[in-house]
Amino acid sequence: MMNAITDAADLSLMYLARYREAADRWMKETPPVLHRNRETAIREFLRQGIPSKKNENYKYSPLQPYFSWEYDFQHSRNHVDFQLNEVFQCDIPQLDTVLMLVMNGWFHSLNSERYELPPGVIAGSLEEIAAAHPGLVEPWYGSLAEPAEDPLVALNSAFARDGFFIYVPRGVRVEKPIQVINLQEAEHDTFVTQRNLVIVDPGAEVNLIICDHTLNANRYMVNDVTEIFVGKNARVDVCSVQNQHNRAASVHSVFFRQERDSRITSHAVTLHGGMVRNNLKALLNGENCEANLYGMAFIDRKQHVDNSLQVIHAFPNCQSNQHYKNVLDDESSGAFSGRIHVLRDAQKTNAYQRNNSLLLTDKALMQTKPQLIIEADDVKCSHGATVGQIDEDALFYLRSRGIEESRARLMLMNAFSYEVVQQIAADPLRDRISELVDKRLRGDVARCHECAYRCDC
Amino acid sequence: MLSIKNLCVSIEGKEILTGINLEVRPGEVHAIMGPNGSGKSTLANVLAGREGYEITSGEITFEGEDLFELSPEERARKGIFLSFQYPVEIPGVPMVTFLKTSVNEHRKFKGEKPLTAGEFLKLMREKKQMVEMDTELTNRSVNEGFSGGEKKKNEIFQMALLEPRLSILDETDSGLDIDALKIVANGVNALKSPGRSTIVITHYQRLLDYIIPDHVHVLYKGKIVKSAGRELALELEEKGYEWIKQENGN
Repeated sequence: MMNAITDAADLSLMYLARYREAADRWMKETPPVLHRNRETAIREFLRQGIPSKKNENYKYSPLQPYFSWEYDFQHSRNHVDFQLNEVFQCDIPQLDTVLMLVMNGWFHSLNSERYELPPGVIAGSLEEIAAAHPGLVEPWYGSLAEPAEDPLVALNSAFARDGFFIYVPRGVRVEKPIQVINLQEAEHDTFVTQRNLVIVDPGAEVNLIICDHTLNANRYMVNDVTEIFVGKNARVDVCSVQNQHNRAASVHSVFFRQERDSRITSHAVTLHGGMVRNNLKALLNGENCEANLYGMAFIDRKQHVDNSLQVIHAFPNCQSNQHYKNVLDDESSGAFSGRIHVLRDAQKTNAYQRNNSLLLTDKALMQTKPQLIIEADDVKCSHGATVGQIDEDALFYLRSRGIEESRARLMLMNAFSYEVVQQIAADPLRDRISELVDKRLRGDVARCHECAYRCDC
Repeated sequence: MLSIKNLCVSIEGKEILTGINLEVRPGEVHAIMGPNGSGKSTLANVLAGREGYEITSGEITFEGEDLFELSPEERARKGIFLSFQYPVEIPGVPMVTFLKTSVNEHRKFKGEKPLTAGEFLKLMREKKQMVEMDTELTNRSVNEGFSGGEKKKNEIFQMALLEPRLSILDETDSGLDIDALKIVANGVNALKSPGRSTIVITHYQRLLDYIIPDHVHVLYKGKIVKSAGRELALELEEKGYEWIKQENGN
């Protein structure tokens, strides 16, 4: 335990030391494209440091406490000696997906291999694909995730080894959702770096479901970065289901770049987790793009969830919607910051943002910060934030019809999240998420699959 | 059935009810009338168990049981039903889920098996006809986007589903046109039986043309200042409340 280390600079230097001890090896082992920016990235990390309260972008989620543990780093791929099916089974038979596994940041091919994917689609380990098809990775890798803009992105870029890679060629529609299971399971407390890359060519379509899960009670710090390139007239749906234990901290940074006529829909569903920070940046880089960004978080005890969004309208006639809802119980805390930036040429922009939070106790805390930067003059932008409690009139109405108070509260909490849940387009997934939300609100540990390890932390 | 003795109620230190006495026997229809601010809705809310009211003295028993010992949901299951003056909209709670939960909570209390989805839909169809409730409305969330009249109909629809022992209609007639008023009254009358009682709270006598009361009470400044038969309602209609105010020193 490194509680003695409280000085920010010392902490950063500890991570520098971990970087130095692995860098030579990476030089030999990793494909050049993953290696080319490491030195710049680690310098950027040192320059910015681990975010404290003084860092405006992280002021509601200072990360130093989570960095001050002594973690193991998995600098190489560990053999996985279990069958994915033995550890958990997806209990949603209707949810027929192409299943992929990433463990502690490393992509693992499953024995049941040969994904049922249309011809031309490439999916697998980022490291392996960067080695086998460097031309597929080089033009994209690192072009959205800018180390100078965020110390966690910088740290990820310095440490990146592996993660998932998905390429969907022009005009191909991937019917089945691709479900990536991110598992954390190590013998010791572990720092996980994961780097993902998704390229969707013009006119193509893909659905991603990403499930985060911790399989044992060790402490985890996860820092992942995902870059998603959405070609002209392409459609990308990403649903991220976050279900980790209270000793896990995660910083997810997702970057989208959309070309004209494309549409993205993103759902961040936080069901459980000690500290979850979701960074999302969407660049609408062509006319007539649509970005729908939804999120919901259900937290209790001392959990903390922070959603930080940036939507950049760079071209005219685009639309973006942000709608995030939180239910906070006990002493949990939440933060939301949503920036809409309309650049000068982005006329006829429609950009909306809403953040609604329900506080179930006096000790729960929500911070919400909308930011609108509008440089064009013919735009429609709106934002609205509410922080409130259960509607006592509605509660009384339900009780006056014989419905038990606890049940009435549950109905109202479900109703609160319903508005966002119903935005999930695919029926089985929507029903499944709705069920998980209900379970979560009932206080059951909502597993997104039957986990063989019954860790209840 | 219902016995209210010397009930005094305050809200945030302000006395609203200043000693109500009322006996409602099985099968009776009581009308409680009175000018605005006389405490009519407070009485309805206290009977249903709404929080925020301070009972400073008095007692209420329902079928011999102390009402103050019971939560709102227990009162409901024992047969007290409040038709709200302003039914709340609850987006995200589907009508069908709400109604089925409510009906089955009542059944559970009576030791009956919960209705299956099919049985429930059948029951709902039957009761919907009674108040001419549009199916489109039961496919929505609770009261969501309902007009004033539709909300009131929905209250009577729920009453028909739950078949309460004691119904309290809090200004159910306000905001209703004459057709809706008739439908609501027909619904109430259809449920009438020797074992069921109704308290009709209203400002106007209009509703009492359709729901014939056995007793009419005038509530003024938190007290029942006059009780008589049906004729009192007509007298009030004719003379207005000024007469009551003058008699009671205002």
